[in-house]
Amino acid sequence: MNFTRSSSPHHHIRRKTSEVMRMVIYAAVPGLMLQTWFFGWGAIVHLLLAVTTAVATEALFLELRKKDFEKAIKDFSAILTALLLAISIPPFAPWWISVLGTFFAIAIVKQLYGGLGFNLFNPAMAAYVMLLISFPVQMTNWTPPLELAQYSHGFVDAVYIIFTGFSAEGYSLAQLKTDIDGFTLATPLDSVKTELTMGKTLTESLQSSVFSDGLSIGWFWINCAYLLGGLVLIRTRVINWHIPGGMILGMLALSLIMYGVDSDVYSSPLFHLFNGGFMLGAFFIATDPVSASTTNRGRLIFGAGIGAWVYIIRTWGGYPDAIAFAVLVMNMAVPLIDYYTRPRTYGHYSEHKKSMKVAKSDKQP
Amino acid sequence: MTIFWALVALSVLALIFGLILGYAAIRFKVESDPLVEQIDEILPQTQCGQCGYPGCRPYADAIANGDDINKCPPGGDATIKKLADLMGVEAKPLDAAHGEEDVKKVAFIREDECIGCTKCIQACPVDAILGAAKQMHTVLSEECTGCDLCVEPCPVDCIDMVPVADTPASWRWQLDNIPIKQV
Amino acid sequence: MYKQFDEILTRINDGKLWDFPGGVSPQGKKELSNTTDIDRLPLPKELYVTVKQHIGVEGHVEVEEGQQVLKGQLLTKSMNPFAVPVHAPTSGKIKSISPHVSAHPSGLPKLTITIEPDGLDKWTEMTPLSNYTELPKIKTVEAICSAGISGMGGAGFPTHIKASPKKDVEFLIINGVECEPYISSDDRLMREHAWQIRQGIDVLSHLLTPKKVIIAIEDNKPEAIKAMQVTCQEQDNYIVSPIPTKYPAGGEKQLIQVLTSREVPKQGLPVDVGVIMQNVGTCFAIADAVYTGKPLVERVVTLTGEALNAPRNVWALIGTPIEHLLKQADYQEKRQRNSKVIMGGPMMGFAVASEQVPVIKTTNCILVPADKELPEIGDEQPCIRCGACADACPASLLPQQLFWHSKAKELDKAQDYNLFDCIECGACAFVCPSEIPLVHYYRIAKSEIHNQELEKDQADKARERFEARKLRLVREQQEREEKHRKAAEARKQAMSSDKGDAKDKIAAALARAKAKKAAASDEAADASPEVTGKQDKVAAAVARAKAKREAAKQSTDSEATTDTAEQPVDKKDKVAAAVARAKAKREAAKQITDAEATTDTGEQPQDKKDKVAAAVARAKAKREAAKQSTAHQADATTNDMQQTDTDTSVQAEPTQPMSKQDKIAQAIAKAKAKRDAAKAQQQEQDEK
Repeated sequence: MNFTRSSSPHHHIRRKTSEVMRMVIYAAVPGLMLQTWFFGWGAIVHLLLAVTTAVATEALFLELRKKDFEKAIKDFSAILTALLLAISIPPFAPWWISVLGTFFAIAIVKQLYGGLGFNLFNPAMAAYVMLLISFPVQMTNWTPPLELAQYSHGFVDAVYIIFTGFSAEGYSLAQLKTDIDGFTLATPLDSVKTELTMGKTLTESLQSSVFSDGLSIGWFWINCAYLLGGLVLIRTRVINWHIPGGMILGMLALSLIMYGVDSDVYSSPLFHLFNGGFMLGAFFIATDPVSASTTNRGRLIFGAGIGAWVYIIRTWGGYPDAIAFAVLVMNMAVPLIDYYTRPRTYGHYSEHKKSMKVAKSDKQP
Repeated sequence: MTIFWALVALSVLALIFGLILGYAAIRFKVESDPLVEQIDEILPQTQCGQCGYPGCRPYADAIANGDDINKCPPGGDATIKKLADLMGVEAKPLDAAHGEEDVKKVAFIREDECIGCTKCIQACPVDAILGAAKQMHTVLSEECTGCDLCVEPCPVDCIDMVPVADTPASWRWQLDNIPIKQV
Repeated sequence: MYKQFDEILTRINDGKLWDFPGGVSPQGKKELSNTTDIDRLPLPKELYVTVKQHIGVEGHVEVEEGQQVLKGQLLTKSMNPFAVPVHAPTSGKIKSISPHVSAHPSGLPKLTITIEPDGLDKWTEMTPLSNYTELPKIKTVEAICSAGISGMGGAGFPTHIKASPKKDVEFLIINGVECEPYISSDDRLMREHAWQIRQGIDVLSHLLTPKKVIIAIEDNKPEAIKAMQVTCQEQDNYIVSPIPTKYPAGGEKQLIQVLTSREVPKQGLPVDVGVIMQNVGTCFAIADAVYTGKPLVERVVTLTGEALNAPRNVWALIGTPIEHLLKQADYQEKRQRNSKVIMGGPMMGFAVASEQVPVIKTTNCILVPADKELPEIGDEQPCIRCGACADACPASLLPQQLFWHSKAKELDKAQDYNLFDCIECGACAFVCPSEIPLVHYYRIAKSEIHNQELEKDQADKARERFEARKLRLVREQQEREEKHRKAAEARKQAMSSDKGDAKDKIAAALARAKAKKAAASDEAADASPEVTGKQDKVAAAVARAKAKREAAKQSTDSEATTDTAEQPVDKKDKVAAAVARAKAKREAAKQITDAEATTDTGEQPQDKKDKVAAAVARAKAKREAAKQSTAHQADATTNDMQQTDTDTSVQAEPTQPMSKQDKIAQAIAKAKAKRDAAKAQQQEQDEK
């Protein structure tokens, strides 16, 4: 009798790619829920739109590339990309923003580069940047947190606004953006940036109604939720701590230095870490394995680079937030980082011979 | 006057750069084997003459002088690819006029039929056949390049080209029943 | 970085060990097999003793088929230091010495001695070395070598070489880690035979004089740790060190790193960092060899897996076929969709090719998993660069980069990423979420690199020999010319001194040649059965065969003409050759229409010699027929001679129409002219 032959190892851990992707998606749920709580149902509507588009696009392209599309969709990677994009764009952006963005992410950034595993850039972030540059107005239309808004809006309103530009009751997006006092509200990052350029001190700019006790209303808790989700991912070994760690360290280092230099002009590390999409970026976006560095030292550098770039662009650049730009910039640096951060292989000492000599000379007397 | 100074400045710059380049050319000169040596390194050294030259070295000379790189059946596609890389030309398929790529073989003399004519000994380009006149000959299979040149001269046709059998040591992990399927 | 002895010792004494990077923690599953005592099995029907079971060189087989051997009798022998002998695992008859499916992933046959047990299990005479401490160390090393002991942990490195290192040994590490899941043979051995293992350690320690002996056991084997502690307590120099359970902590390099933080330098040996490591099973075998004189003929093998009804540890004779073990362990075939038996553990073991595969000295486990237990690997998904493999790699390699380069056959780049530092532990493939058989890719790449290097070596050797031959030919040519020149000079001198005599001599020589020629053409023309000169016949056969081939490729044949040019051929033979050639041409032409019949009917073999010659000629003719397409030239030139029968050949009937004689003469002339032309060409070349 002849036996089946196979190559060792014969034993495998049963955590497949799809499982990894699914766990990332689950870990993002608390953040998503808080985001919905604070900013309305827009994010959910966009999520549905983006997921549908992503799956359709992925299937179409896999079919065109003559691959087994059913199997490939089951890996959940397209859905994760859609999720990340949907929660990054303003909740009441028009429907075609998420459709176009997702199509771009899947079709151009992912599939045209060879599909899962071969894309150089983070698909969600590349699409976000494309949208931000092409449609700056729609992409910056963030509404204030519901508790500050003049008009409340529900799920139906969200659908109406996204598809028609007006809520069910006929309010325009511009109206929804006004606060209880009738002023148009910007996002915390935006508002601080604007006020600082107007010559105000940081303390003065934090007096704006989007802050309470110096923390951004809504954004702080959303970031906390993503941080929590991220910690779960690290705990379950879905991601390594290196990228988020590096990113937080990079941000912390720069912001601490600048805060120490002049705390009137430069925001505190706490402000930076818990604002905008920082925690989402640190734990969910920058950790996209395909486009990130692959060595542990490289991951630290990669993360730190993103953290630093986010701070630089937020502080001195033209955009209020900069996760997407920072990630793309560091994506480009990945091959270089990988090349120079190869770990020392077992037995490949440089000092080895020297210490051997020392050991021998010790023996001599 | 401005033009004059511009010209002077440019000339001085040119001179400086020239010197730097000249120095660099001497300082960082890359010593490399002559081309023929490098080509000869790549060729499989079967000395079979299937390329039409009497041995690998002459073919290496010919390639260096512009002959085609696809005339070496024992080397096959792998050798052609390496030659193409070295010569900076397109790799082309093996020229069928010179033979086809085959599995590696070694000569084997059916010893009870050998009449001891020494013809194969004279034909062997690498002295891999042992024997004397009127004595039985045998092939040193370790040294045999599988060039086939001893088969023709044998008057009693007692030389076979035997494919080299796979041994556990030379085995390349062809576990045919591990279908590695890319999704 | 390089920790000194004292520092290491303090840490080992405190139980504060180091760690190696990466590693994985698969389920142990040892409880399947480690709860019962090591069992003895009945003798199998046949034993297949592979001649080479270790890393190194195989010995010469010392026995013959049909010979009766006793248990422990030497079967192979060699003077090579890297050879390890094998012994008869039981008494019985040598049934055959032939290739047999091997305990190797390829399953390719290896030379194997098959023994049919006689059931007596009678030992040969044994020579123990109980007073080994008083003998020179070399005696003990010899005893270990002649007992056929090679590393029993996995690689099978000859133990006697490790027992006689050329450098100082600081640590002798006894490896009882057994980190692979499922396997429990070392565990059971330590529990039940700790005392004998200690004896083996004593021997090694006497040979190596290490500063410290460390017995390393993974902390998931508390009973084994306890047993070893008890037996080693009276030896101050021995320390039993439990190490954390993590795969592959039992790898030689990893264990050295855990215990000493030292790293074996690349392409180096453990002894380069003052360490020698031996497996507990090897120690047991050493004690057997030294204290009782028993060679290595059996070992503990774990039979495990959920497809076995009676998993346990057994003493298996070397050479026992898997089939026998499966039967003893009550193999349930229906629990496997595809029958699969793994030799070794689930991480590094290999799937054996057939149930006839024998147990060898390195076989520590036979694992027969049920379908659900170790499911078949799924389809390979694209790599998502998650880096889980790099995190798991104990050698700090970048498995992902190795994978890309191995898959793309960029072998030099794979080597840049230190492909050869991969120990194939399988941790990377174990964690890969895309189910990429990473290790398989590395193995293919490694074997390809090995083969390429081999080819390169062979090519270099061939080049060397080719160049040497060319030089030799030139030298010979020069010598010949020199000789000719001298001879000519001598002749000239002789001629000038005595002209008349010389002329006579020349005339005589010419006459002689003529006479010879005549005789030859005679012989060839009406070559009758009376021609019995053996020499001539062979020559004729040779010439005939050659001629046939020439006929096939008249124009391009340069080799044969070179030969004739180089060797002054006997005139007689030349003529015979020419005649035969002509005939051969005709035959070749005939073959086109009428393949075998002609040659068969055409001959009337006279004696045995002729028969052989005829057979040879026939073989040639057949080949000719196959080469028809190239024979058309011959066809054209010999058409007019179609009618001439096979009569001119040695074995033909001696009747011939006179009218054809001319034509034959013509053919002879033609052949001669051809040869002359070839000669001229050759001369031209020589001049060049």
